[in-house]
Amino acid sequence: MAADAISSGAGQEPRAQRWSIVLCRRLRAWYLGSDAARGYLLLMPTLAVLFALLVVPVATLFLTSFCTQVYFKIDCSFTLANYATIFEPSGEVGYFLGIVPYPEMETPIYAVLLVRSIWMAFLVTLSVMLLAYPMAYFLAFRVTRNKIRWLILITVPFWTSYLLRAFAWKVILGYGGVINSGLISAGIIQEPLSFLLYNPTAVIITLTHAWLAFAVLPIYVSLEKIDRSLLEAASDLGDSRIERFLRITLPLSMPGVVAASLLVFIPTVGEYVTPTLVGGSSGKMLGSVIQSLFGQANNQPLGSAVSLVMMLVVTLLVCAFLKVTGSKLKAREVQDA
Amino acid sequence: MASKDNSFISLQGVAKHFGSLRAVEDVTFDIKRGEFFSLLGPSGCGKTTLLRMLAGFEVPSSGEIYIDGQPMSAVPPNARPTNMVFQSYAIFPHLTVAQNIAYGLRKKGLSKAELADTVEQALQRIRLGGYGQRLAHQLSGGQRQRVALARALVCRPKVLLLDEPLAALDKKLREEMQIELRQLQRSVGITFVFVTHDQEEALALSDRIAVMSKGRTLQVDSAARLYEAPSCREVAGFIGSMNFFDGTVTDVDGDIATVDAGSAGALRVPVNGHATRRGAKATVAVRPEKMEIAWQPPQGVTNSVAGRVTAEAYFGDRSHYHVEVSGLPHHIAVALQNSQRSLDTTEARGRRVWLTWPVESSVLLPQAGG
Amino acid sequence: MRRRSIGWLELYGLLFIALLYGPMLLLPLFSFNDSLYIAFPFKGFTVKWYEAMVQDSALLAALRNSLSVAIPVSIVSTAFGLLTAKALTRFRLPGRRAIVGLIMVPLVIPFIILGIALLTTLRKTFDVPLSLWTVAAGHILICLPFSVMVLISRLEGFDRSLEEASLDLGESAWSTFWRITFPIVLPGVVSSLLMCFTASFDEFLIAFFLSGDGATLPVFIWSQLRFPQKLPNVLALGSCILVLSFLLIAIAEKLRRGGIPTEKHSGF
Ligand SMILES: Nc1ncnc2c1ncn2[C@@H]1O[C@H](COP(=O)(O)OP(=O)(O)OP(=O)(O)O)[C@@H](O)[C@H]1O
Ligand SMILES: [Mg+2]
Repeated sequence: MAADAISSGAGQEPRAQRWSIVLCRRLRAWYLGSDAARGYLLLMPTLAVLFALLVVPVATLFLTSFCTQVYFKIDCSFTLANYATIFEPSGEVGYFLGIVPYPEMETPIYAVLLVRSIWMAFLVTLSVMLLAYPMAYFLAFRVTRNKIRWLILITVPFWTSYLLRAFAWKVILGYGGVINSGLISAGIIQEPLSFLLYNPTAVIITLTHAWLAFAVLPIYVSLEKIDRSLLEAASDLGDSRIERFLRITLPLSMPGVVAASLLVFIPTVGEYVTPTLVGGSSGKMLGSVIQSLFGQANNQPLGSAVSLVMMLVVTLLVCAFLKVTGSKLKAREVQDA
Repeated sequence: MASKDNSFISLQGVAKHFGSLRAVEDVTFDIKRGEFFSLLGPSGCGKTTLLRMLAGFEVPSSGEIYIDGQPMSAVPPNARPTNMVFQSYAIFPHLTVAQNIAYGLRKKGLSKAELADTVEQALQRIRLGGYGQRLAHQLSGGQRQRVALARALVCRPKVLLLDEPLAALDKKLREEMQIELRQLQRSVGITFVFVTHDQEEALALSDRIAVMSKGRTLQVDSAARLYEAPSCREVAGFIGSMNFFDGTVTDVDGDIATVDAGSAGALRVPVNGHATRRGAKATVAVRPEKMEIAWQPPQGVTNSVAGRVTAEAYFGDRSHYHVEVSGLPHHIAVALQNSQRSLDTTEARGRRVWLTWPVESSVLLPQAGG
Repeated sequence: MRRRSIGWLELYGLLFIALLYGPMLLLPLFSFNDSLYIAFPFKGFTVKWYEAMVQDSALLAALRNSLSVAIPVSIVSTAFGLLTAKALTRFRLPGRRAIVGLIMVPLVIPFIILGIALLTTLRKTFDVPLSLWTVAAGHILICLPFSVMVLISRLEGFDRSLEEASLDLGESAWSTFWRITFPIVLPGVVSSLLMCFTASFDEFLIAFFLSGDGATLPVFIWSQLRFPQKLPNVLALGSCILVLSFLLIAIAEKLRRGGIPTEKHSGF
């Protein structure tokens, strides 16, 4: 039949042309039938961007981490020295959350900073979740009118300049800043309080505030998805409101909490702006070190190694976290289905 | 081959696989020009997938579809001589009703006035004159359905594909639309391919029906033949209800076979062209409404099965009875018209009865592997 | 009992909003204060910082730089995002999860790592001179996930059979895109444009690493923070940026969540 259609139309034409018609048709049929071909054609620009600006740079970073900086040149003979440096004890004193834990011990400065960054990111994530969850709960269960307006009100601050928000906290907490001057002009204190700024707490407060707007949304979405009849069923089966929250609402909203936690935790570990603005030396995080290694200290290979170790450790932590929470979530999904 | 007989659409070994899922498997049948053809089958049997392959939204994993003699695999949906009425109607939400109807006419090279005229006529025809400026969300379900129909029909397709177009309507509107649809199809003379899982709808509307199950066609036939002469047990069970007596053929005498159906006794049944022979496993199938209930042992009938009534359901015009026959794994359903029933008819439950039916009312179904 | 628990949550909601907005509102508040120091008590109302701001030529140059990065970035990201979202929602793609994962990676990598990785690659490996172009490249990378997310949800929100109906009625894939897909996703497109614009306009860290001589506005602000006498100007500028960002994003969100009725919204 297929052959009929062709030969009737193109009976006199040379063989080669007939073959090209068949080939064209085959190609066309393949293209129409292949979702992958059509899909990937559309994906080309994005994949090119991702390859050139994400895959290649990260690979370059990886390769650079095995090189050595020689003044302004980079010597690319393979070495693991950079990685050794990270865990090497150095003469500097390692602050840990403002406390010097082992004054006499020589601590590996980068490793200690990494641990401190992770610990601070953890505290930030925790406080963000504790503050954001009730708000998400409020939005999901209590707000009935103007829901969209509330959502917009919550999410917009996240998009406004992060730099300016961090700066605002510096202004608030500073020695001559809003709190101190406010308290002084109210006559509550005579001397400005100096413990407000330039410490880990200031960093944690600022970062918590910065992420707060962002974290509400994923939690809200997972709360909103909960079938209200499940809650009614729980009450019907004798749960009090608190029991019901602990046994139904909280577990079912965990996917949102997990997602929000990761979206807050991971970028926070590598924070640079906030520690620089409000952290002082005790609130310093790894990001500042990475920046200086690429800036004044001019040791790109070491900077690359530090970045990669940071990413690796964070990835491992995240995987462990997902493994712990994931198995529970999986079980729940199966029950859903 | 398509043009030799009067087949207009021809499916040849068509299959569609989604990964490991075989949505459609080796489907081969023809649809005639101007026919109202239905695809009928339970949910998930691949009706929509088959229809979408006709429309060009899915490309067969193997096999070929011919429409009007042309192979379709290299023809994109917009170049096919088909138009579709979607299950969700797919009325463009940002366009008015008139713009929706005019949508497919853009390429036809009509002048502005002609276009407006065509649209107006179409609107009149679907009795939505004056609704041209409305948006989709300002229409009721039935109105949308008609707009979707008009939008497809103004393009004068050779084939109109309809995917459960009446499923979203309430019962009354659905029955009205069924009649309208059938009249419309007669008047425009376009080939309709109609998907439904509602067997009554398919029987009422169609010239021919393809009964599908698990991606395969079981039987392609007219409504009457599907009902009176189902080719297999699945078709018989899917269209209407059916009682089955499994047994072994003991004798074939011309057109009549005798089947030994165990405790139901020896049953005589027309062979109806099925290849069968003595000793083969076979099933005798009888529709509930073709059975009679005798309250006394009947005399001189060929097929008669004794049992006891275990349940009775009264529907006003008719009653359904469940009759238990000792030795049979399932009860026998009988439907009787209540033409002679009155208020003081005695309760049937628990009574001993004899079920009888004429030989030509039963169907012989060969058993798989028999 | 029930009454009271409602009361508490509502109170918390209001407190939360106050906490969220309070620190940011300080900037506009003090930008009108007639004093070099950002401190209580207020010294008096003035607009002189705003006047100084519009006369600062370095600031205006930075503004120009920011705009000339943010506008093209938002357009390119949205265009690529639209193609991507269409590919991901309309076709059964092998490796879909991996691709979505890759697109979202910039959201979860600390920006500083993106910044240095891009810096090393562009500057040291390929010897591309740093300029607004390199900033734009970095910004496209971080805007793509937002754009793709917004547009995917918009595309998923409307019935795929609308596009099929258009093809079925004889339109080509291209004209179907312009006659059906585009008008329906338009709110999403505008929303994505505004979000990407804001994200690029406000982004500091990547611009900090990748801008050469031409600083963008956030980089300019950063450089000003060291000089106490410049702070009032930064306050004025910051207030303007905050208000602008707020408006743009509020519009974007409104469009994203509202928009013209699709089949889904209209009850089907
Ligand atoms: N795009 C797809 N990807 C994967 N599987 C699909 C796809 N479309 C359909 N299927 C599967 O193919 C099978 C047949 O689907 P189809 O929609 O054709 O059924 P149907 O007979 O129309 O059912 P219904 O009456 O419920 O509409 C189903 O199991 C379905 O899950
Ligand atoms: Mg279907």
